[in-house]
Amino acid sequence: MLQGHARIVDFIAQTDGVTGRKKLQKMIYIAKKLELPFQEKYEFHIYGPYSEELAVRIEELCDMGFLTEAVEDKGSYIQYTYGVTPEGQEFRETLGAGSAAADFASALNEKSSRFLELTATLLYFDDLPREECIEKLHIVKGKLNFTDEEIDEAFAFIEGLQTFRRIS
Amino acid sequence: MSYATEKLAEEKVFKDPVHRYIHVKDLAIWDLVNTREFQRLRRIKQLGTSFTVFHGAEHSRFNHSLGVYEIVRRICDDVFPNRPAWDEKERLVSLCAALLHDLGHGPYSHAFEKVFHVDHEDFTRRILLGDTEVNAVLKRVAPGFPQDVADVIAKTYRNKLVVSLISSQIDADRMDYLQRDAYYTGVSYGHFDMERILRVMRPLEDQVVIKSSGMHAVEDYIMSRYQMYWQVYFHPVARSAEVILRKIFQRAKKLHAEGYEFDQPPRHFQSFFDRTFTLKDYLALDEAIMMTYFQLWMTEKDPILSDLSDRFVNRRLFQYIEFDPGKDYKKLAELAVLFNKAGIDPEYYLVDDSSSDLPYDFYRPGEEEERLPIHLLTPNNEVKELSRSSQIVDAISGKRRTDYKLYFPEELLTDGKKKAVKQQILDMIREGEK
Repeated sequence: MLQGHARIVDFIAQTDGVTGRKKLQKMIYIAKKLELPFQEKYEFHIYGPYSEELAVRIEELCDMGFLTEAVEDKGSYIQYTYGVTPEGQEFRETLGAGSAAADFASALNEKSSRFLELTATLLYFDDLPREECIEKLHIVKGKLNFTDEEIDEAFAFIEGLQTFRRIS
Repeated sequence: MSYATEKLAEEKVFKDPVHRYIHVKDLAIWDLVNTREFQRLRRIKQLGTSFTVFHGAEHSRFNHSLGVYEIVRRICDDVFPNRPAWDEKERLVSLCAALLHDLGHGPYSHAFEKVFHVDHEDFTRRILLGDTEVNAVLKRVAPGFPQDVADVIAKTYRNKLVVSLISSQIDADRMDYLQRDAYYTGVSYGHFDMERILRVMRPLEDQVVIKSSGMHAVEDYIMSRYQMYWQVYFHPVARSAEVILRKIFQRAKKLHAEGYEFDQPPRHFQSFFDRTFTLKDYLALDEAIMMTYFQLWMTEKDPILSDLSDRFVNRRLFQYIEFDPGKDYKKLAELAVLFNKAGIDPEYYLVDDSSSDLPYDFYRPGEEEERLPIHLLTPNNEVKELSRSSQIVDAISGKRRTDYKLYFPEELLTDGKKKAVKQQILDMIREGEK
């Protein structure tokens, strides 16, 4: 009961706050790919893997008063920053839902939204051999012009994250 | 003549209550309809448990898939030809993707997927690309054609216009299911002027747009969708049946994990319990098989499995109350303790459930949102996002509505046994109703 909600609060609580809806979406996707206990269903959307279920849960958690959503007008776009309220801390502790290690959440949070979009997209196509995966990336993300260096860095990052993979 | 362009000697038609006729001229489409994987969709209901409320809602995913195909066929054959942004070479992949977009759906997939952690979209891909009759037909078109169809359905295809025909905020999938589900449930919502929308659709490089003169037909479509979600898809009683179904799967899975010996070995579920399932195992499932197990499980010695199965088969559903999870989560924990004291396992008999919908959303450039908006094409060829022109759509844009319910078996709380604790539970539940 509400364990799924509690895991999201727990994950955000491991960071100093997550800036960007897109960024939070990709962080949870990457965590899910590493078999951390998130159940939200993802599909491929404009910015790569996206979960409508996660978007709903985040909005619900804000309505419940467990998450804060700070809205900042950046001129050409609106930026959202998420943090955990004292009520959210209590909710998380009451339900005792563990989600991820703090250093894992921080490692993701340190990265830019663009980098996480790239990483999540590469993970989305991880059933393909590396060259085909890159080819697919350029088809679906052609307008973003990811460089070879960025792509290499993302693959190395994915490799480094394997230490956090949940062993069931 | 290549297989990709080969036509039937005589056009085939399916009689259809929504589109009147569904026309098939392409041999590849006819061959796909006749594959065993596509025929399987006849045995899976489009609306899952909604039939427990709307008794007409027995239509299948087969009907809907043909309907989506017919809408896309009309767009490709009647609306798009000779428009500069439309590439005629994309016609067959569009038709195949429309026809096959729900191919991986299983019986009662919403509940089944949640408990067994499977994904119907993944199965769609596996059917398209695996050793199947569908794959054999698609490969006859071209070796890379199965992958192209899979990419359109997964929204990763190179041509975004083709993707938007099947998956966008105004796509053939939604246009068919709204009308079809309205027809079969018998509700008066869900109807809109699809003829008008098709007439004013125009292809652009990356997506379908609507001539601004068709704005009111689109408004009607969005309002129809809104009504259908709240009146049909999220009906609280159908959700009660869905909750029970989920709990049946959960119970059977748990019993298996604990080494319980079923009176009838659940052979069809075995590989899903053990997570060793193959595509063949998945394709062997349909609603008739599931219903057979539920009937068998009604006489199982495990009281929870037999009770839940009986509830589903004989429509003895859970009662529900409104529930505010932000305010009531501690109360829920207290109720769970009381349920245990009353000898009723809260894991199966005290269930929170939510439904949520965002009727329409627009795009904020640069960051954040993920939905492609509906665009209007003005007479001077400007493209304008719908909610900037429509006050009705603007009023509901970006506004999500969520409904929470708490489900429980009311009659177990009033059966006269363990009266005091059950009265305490009822008092707490009724307090929440005030």
